[in-house]
Amino acid sequence: MDVRLEPQGKSIKVAGRRRVGDLLVSLGLLPGTVMVIRGDELLTDDDVIEDVDAIELRAVISGGAR
Amino acid sequence: MKCRRCTAKAVVQLRSHNAAFCRECFVFVFQRTVERSIDHERMFTRDERILVAVSGGKDSLALWDTLAALGYATEGLYLGLGIGRYSSASQRKAEGYAAKAGLRLHVVQLADESDAVGVPEAAAFTHRQPCAACGTMKRHHFDRAALAGGFPVLATGHNLDDEAARLLGNVLHWQLPYLAKQQPVLAPSHAKFVRKVRPLYRTSEYESATYAFLRGIDYVVEECPNSHGATQLIYKDLMNRLEAAMPGTKHSFVTEFLRRAHPLFAAAPEGSLGECERCGMPASSALCGYCRLIAEIERRRGEAVAHS
Repeated sequence: MDVRLEPQGKSIKVAGRRRVGDLLVSLGLLPGTVMVIRGDELLTDDDVIEDVDAIELRAVISGGAR
Repeated sequence: MKCRRCTAKAVVQLRSHNAAFCRECFVFVFQRTVERSIDHERMFTRDERILVAVSGGKDSLALWDTLAALGYATEGLYLGLGIGRYSSASQRKAEGYAAKAGLRLHVVQLADESDAVGVPEAAAFTHRQPCAACGTMKRHHFDRAALAGGFPVLATGHNLDDEAARLLGNVLHWQLPYLAKQQPVLAPSHAKFVRKVRPLYRTSEYESATYAFLRGIDYVVEECPNSHGATQLIYKDLMNRLEAAMPGTKHSFVTEFLRRAHPLFAAAPEGSLGECERCGMPASSALCGYCRLIAEIERRRGEAVAHS
């Protein structure tokens, strides 16, 4: 699957079919720190991402002076 | 995973609430949570005009969208900080949302103000952290704009993660005056200040991001280039690790502080405010924090010219 990381603007390939929760753990991402987006839908931990899918992992953490 | 309210397929999972929601139910729950925060803290009423500080990011646009959906009388304020392409992109997002929603947005550019100092210049001249200079400048211009526009209330998009990180920083350094002021409603301590409120203080960053996404709000995803290495991000990372191990930690840290500990810090007497000799805004000394910053920049500019 193609995984785009935003806002870093990086893309990586991950082989095989994965549950969302497993994918986040394998990438070292903490729960609640990214939105998992496939097309116009949001995915939850138990959704399955197919090898042919393209997803975006969009960070939700903002920092600095608010 | 099923929606807790309607059992449709869930798209948002909230570990801290041990719950998940579909699109429609999440939007409803988010707006209801914000409305309950407003009512619980008596932030404002539907008779009051509210100025919403809008950065073009997910939190402030989610806040503005929610307040408008709940029927509050809002206008937005965008402050152009002069941070290159990031500021341009942020302004486009704020203006785009306002136009789409049919809401009024006021735009103030720091470069057009009499001091004509942007955040990068302020940080460079004073050797301060950009975020510290930015915070001082934002507070000053928010106060002035709210006062000039006759708004009794200024609302900002600070969320639960912001509040938890700020609380952690204040506790680690035992910043007693800051702990006394850390609350979702700050009553004006001077006639030239307006009430400042944080209606998102009980909703997380993940919730405002998912709300913005599900509402089709086009927000700036890019992070401020000055925020790399910001102390607040270190505190947020620590809180996120605690939250992963113990869901609900951020919420209880902030809400239990407000319920049980804040009254103890708030009991300390506070000095009265005078007015700044330079700009006339409230100040605890001869100059307000903003004018001290500007005076320092002017002094260092003069030194730079003298040495060139």
